Amino acid sequence: MLVWSRPGRIVLWVLFALIFGVLFLAPLAVILLSSLADQWNGVLPNGLTTEHYTDVIRGAAWNSVKASLITGFLASALALVSGTWAALSLRLQGHALKRLLGLLFFIPSAVPSVSVGLGLLVAFSHPPLLLNGTIAIVMIAHFVLISAFTFGNVSAGLARLSPDFEQVASSLGARPAYRLWHVTLPLLAPYLVAAFGLSFALSMGELGATVMVYPPGWVTLPVSIFSLTDRGDIFAGAALTMILVAATLVLLLGLERITKRATGA
Amino acid sequence: MSAVAFTGTSVMDIDAAKIRGAGSNVHFDKVSVAYGAHVVLHPLTLDIAPGEILAMIGPSGSGKTTALRAVAGFVRPASGRIRIGATDVTDLPPYERGLGMVVQNYALFPHMRVEDNVAFGLRAQGADKALIAERVKDALGTVGMATFARRYPRELSGGQQQRVAIARALAVRPRVLLLDEPLSALDAQIRRNMVEEIARLHRSLPGLTILYVTHDQTEALTLADKIAIMRDGRVCSHGPTTELYRRPPNRFTAEFLGRANLLPVTIAEPVGSKGLATARHGDSVLTGAGRDEKAGDKSLLCIRPQHLSLTADAEHTNRIVGTLRDVHWQGELTHLVLDVDGTPVRVSATKLPIALPEPGARVPLFFAPTDTSLLPEDSGV
Repeated sequence: MLVWSRPGRIVLWVLFALIFGVLFLAPLAVILLSSLADQWNGVLPNGLTTEHYTDVIRGAAWNSVKASLITGFLASALALVSGTWAALSLRLQGHALKRLLGLLFFIPSAVPSVSVGLGLLVAFSHPPLLLNGTIAIVMIAHFVLISAFTFGNVSAGLARLSPDFEQVASSLGARPAYRLWHVTLPLLAPYLVAAFGLSFALSMGELGATVMVYPPGWVTLPVSIFSLTDRGDIFAGAALTMILVAATLVLLLGLERITKRATGA
Repeated sequence: MSAVAFTGTSVMDIDAAKIRGAGSNVHFDKVSVAYGAHVVLHPLTLDIAPGEILAMIGPSGSGKTTALRAVAGFVRPASGRIRIGATDVTDLPPYERGLGMVVQNYALFPHMRVEDNVAFGLRAQGADKALIAERVKDALGTVGMATFARRYPRELSGGQQQRVAIARALAVRPRVLLLDEPLSALDAQIRRNMVEEIARLHRSLPGLTILYVTHDQTEALTLADKIAIMRDGRVCSHGPTTELYRRPPNRFTAEFLGRANLLPVTIAEPVGSKGLATARHGDSVLTGAGRDEKAGDKSLLCIRPQHLSLTADAEHTNRIVGTLRDVHWQGELTHLVLDVDGTPVRVSATKLPIALPEPGARVPLFFAPTDTSLLPEDSGV
């Protein structure tokens, strides 16, 4: 324990509660209350109602949930495969090349997502790569933005993996593909699941690039929320946000359970 | 039985080799390893006979693990060839070399049960289920872990994990078993037991060739038929274990393989018909086992601490006198440290006179000529 005195610990806990409450809980609580508010003219809502949830579910909410889940799942899966592949390949390269390619992989995450969307829009608006107005361009945008995170997570996992496991497997007669499938990937499983979870959460909340490239009929939840709030329908936007949070949470909790089962933790 | 495939030796071949009790020899032919300009293993030529345990020992960075990894195929020699049996394995990938390997941290696959760990190599080679079941049972039985087959590695102690690692390596019936500091992660008591178990294991599998890398001289002395002592990427001595211990060819070997007292002496009479030479240390005339020393040569007389006695008898005919500096009691042994004309001399004794001399006292020490060895004074390596 770093702080031994009781008053010191109390001060630290109060400070933590303030920071956590103001920065994390308050915005979520306001959104939750907004989604349930009948009207909100004072400090607190005048009354509570589930009408906003009913409205958004009757409207296009389900389609948005579906679009977000499919986009998130496919883009994350693709990012997981390519990120893992890249991390495994770069591990075999020399230090300088590994560093350079590793940095290149992270560039998209350092570029504003709106710029990524704009870039894709310009790049894929002319034949032969005419993807503008298709679902594929949304997937590509999400893939570009999240792949660095899967690469980073898997690379971190590989760095912690003792080479002894793979070397012993080889010495016992395991060829590279057998070794990868039966030793390396199972040992990396917690990192792969974490990478997928992070990518999925990022994809579920992605707006900047999506709003530039989404086609009609593939409106993701963040785009729907942005449209509703832009039109002044704050309460419906809040209800949709809570649906987004719930969908993401359910998936992340499911992934956590899978990880626990896989690792026996 | 499906026979799969190490290049040159299949599972069936290895089986047959085992039945005949003939393991494979390992031959290093001028093998060197370098990382860029940094040479970590200078050209090494060495043979490990079939069924032999060769221990490579040496301090950290001496090149012993590099030599083992070159056999395993994890480092590529800069020059030279490595042969296992009749097969030149220098350019073969590790999975085609027909080896078993046990490493310091066991490297048991944590997501597999004990039985699946042991079966791993056979499954990877595509052996059939009946053969796998039989081999897993045999291998676990050999290391006394049959009742732990359904456990996960995390449910085992360090010693048990190491036994499973050995069983996993044995299950593929390797041509050569590579042990890379296999006991380093275990505590002293378990390590002693495991050394005895590995010795017992080798007695039950006399055809198994073992390359054992360690920095622990006790493990090497207990297990090895031959020892290669490594220093700075070179073998500085190599030979049968008892020979190397009793007649170390150089100072480094004498000091690295057990404790050694090295008295500077001048040869008075070269080796005679009994293999003994006479040498002078100060006023003392001593007799020791020599090689080809000439009269007047400066030499070192190597005497192991346990061969020095405080009492004279018919065998202990050499006598030196030192000043007692320290006495360290360690239960089974008592260590005395004396100063003999400026050279520190250590005595390890199980029995001591009831009236032990006080520090500062002049104490005579006796030793037998046959318990000594003369080595060149400048033999650093």
